[in-house]
Amino acid sequence: MFDGIQRRVVSVWFPRLASDRALRLRPIEGPFALTHSISNTNRIYCLNVAAERLGLSAGMPFSDARAFCPELQSRPADPLADRRFQHALRRWAVRYCPWVGLEDGDGLVLDITGTAHLFGGEAELLMDMRQRLSRAGITARIGLSDNRGAAWALAHHGEGSAPVGAALDVLHDLPVAALRLEEKTVTGLGRLGLRTIGELANAPRAPLSRRFGSSLLMRLDQALGQQPEQITPLKDPPHYGVRITLPDPIGIKSDVMEGTSRLLTQLCAKLKSRETGARILALTLRRVDQDSQQVELRLARPMRDATRILPLFERGIGDVDAGYGIDQMRLEAVQVEPMPVQQLSHVASGHKDQLDDLITRIGTRIGLENVQRFLPADSHIPERSYQIAAAAFSSPESTWSTIRPRPLHIFPPAPLLGTHAVPTPPKRFRWRRMSFATARTSGPERIAPEWWLEADEWRTGVRDYWCVETRQGRRLWLFFTPQSPGWYIQGEFA
Amino acid sequence: MTPDFAKSFPLRTARVHEVCGPSSASFAAVCAGVAQGTVLWIREHWRPEGVNPLGLSPFFDPAKLLIAQVKDQTEGLAVAEEALRDGSTPLVILEISQPMGLIQGRRLQLSAKAGKSTGLCLIPDGMGSNAAESRWHAAPIFDPFSAPGDSTLQRYELIKNKSGTLGSWHVRWDTASRCLRLVSATGE
Repeated sequence: MFDGIQRRVVSVWFPRLASDRALRLRPIEGPFALTHSISNTNRIYCLNVAAERLGLSAGMPFSDARAFCPELQSRPADPLADRRFQHALRRWAVRYCPWVGLEDGDGLVLDITGTAHLFGGEAELLMDMRQRLSRAGITARIGLSDNRGAAWALAHHGEGSAPVGAALDVLHDLPVAALRLEEKTVTGLGRLGLRTIGELANAPRAPLSRRFGSSLLMRLDQALGQQPEQITPLKDPPHYGVRITLPDPIGIKSDVMEGTSRLLTQLCAKLKSRETGARILALTLRRVDQDSQQVELRLARPMRDATRILPLFERGIGDVDAGYGIDQMRLEAVQVEPMPVQQLSHVASGHKDQLDDLITRIGTRIGLENVQRFLPADSHIPERSYQIAAAAFSSPESTWSTIRPRPLHIFPPAPLLGTHAVPTPPKRFRWRRMSFATARTSGPERIAPEWWLEADEWRTGVRDYWCVETRQGRRLWLFFTPQSPGWYIQGEFA
Repeated sequence: MTPDFAKSFPLRTARVHEVCGPSSASFAAVCAGVAQGTVLWIREHWRPEGVNPLGLSPFFDPAKLLIAQVKDQTEGLAVAEEALRDGSTPLVILEISQPMGLIQGRRLQLSAKAGKSTGLCLIPDGMGSNAAESRWHAAPIFDPFSAPGDSTLQRYELIKNKSGTLGSWHVRWDTASRCLRLVSATGE
């Protein structure tokens, strides 16, 4: 391929990634297993060495495992967290070389070409890696070879490193399963009597490819270095954090605002280049006495305009206790949202921006979720015919429709005193220490409870709603419950 | 002779007004229906009586309403002041539960002037502040001759006015055309 420096690849396999992660969080002595549920059976997902020594294995039903080993401790598996942990390990591995990719769900692959000498040689590099991983409590098998396939084979089957250009010598005695083959192909090869990679390499190629397809020979060539295979390094997620360290501590509000403005300018340039907008910003002010204070700003809408964000920080910064002075400021966009560049239009959108800024400012005082708006909901039940949503996280909807008039005020139903339990609206009644005389009524409108939802106040069954105009002027919304007779009041019309 | 309703009713902008009486919420809804643009309604979160958006829809589109749930009156006043000074909401409605002093009233008045927006405080009877531009008393009236689809007949009584005369009018909200109609008092 190329003559300059020989390519060298390290493959790391974490055979117990999930359980190692769980045990790092909360160490446990003795046998331990993670379980997950597959088609209604709790099965073992991953287990530690002690459990393996007792004869348990991954994939066996958890109840069987507990019967074998009553002291087995378990926790539910969390594959997503394992995935995140693998990504964290990938970031860690960048200390050895810049070219690190993920391998399946439980490994890493590093292209260490030209970086081994920085650690004093390949053996020292592997030693260092092993030491650090075992100190962190992570089991790892490491293979080193000229290419990815051979390194994988070494990592998964018999750990070791192959010298330059001698992949076949080392792989010769490894089983064919080390070639990353499917289960079916491995069985098929076994029936042919080809059990090791050496035997496979010596077998005639044409019948093999006719019988097993081209993928088998491709895997073999990849392992022996006759066919190249690339490593895809992952991109680091963009980091939206900037900081400033000051030679002398500051404490005046205007100084802190000035510092914030410089940080914001930098951060907003970063946000703009990635077409994102900040939703939550956190400003950390570190004081001289190592104490630090945080100012959080939650915006009503993603933004990346420094001149607009800066005044919104004013209130939060005003509350900060500077103590002996602030010597480091750090600004981070904790939550970002995509915010593509938009065409300016002749229809001014300045008013909308101003309103969003107002929501943000009110939100910093009373909490952003306390600024709310109504959204229509699909229900006949009066108190469920609308929803209340935080204004910052919803957009207005104008699909309000009312077939019958609804009251302006709705309150929890209160029983009407001094009425008879008859279906005709009462002539006189008392409510909130006021007595009313009925002048005119309209109704009834029957509303049935939503049986699919549990609601205590609808235990009394269907309701017949009446709009009652009283001689005193008020129009009230009364209902009668025929299934457990009684009159209640629930609203007042405008 | 009753004074001209049009002189006092669309409430003077850049001022804070007050309304009391049993129909004060309905009065606020009428004001919101007349106002253009977003309306901010500030209420204390512990109050059980919420406004019902479906009940508001005859007056205006509930999509233009924003609700701010505040912890106590101090917080409510602060939010109202902020919103009035900002001016992006032409009408700010504030529910008051405790008597309001002259200082608070004056501060609201100044911020309304700065932001050129209108404020409306819903006050319990007798808890207004002297700084208010006008104070109304709104009460429903039984109308024996009303048609089935009509909204409630209301009596709006102007009980304090800093720049004009007092008066009392019978009005009715016209749901179809979304405007307030003056009704001549029923002849006995």
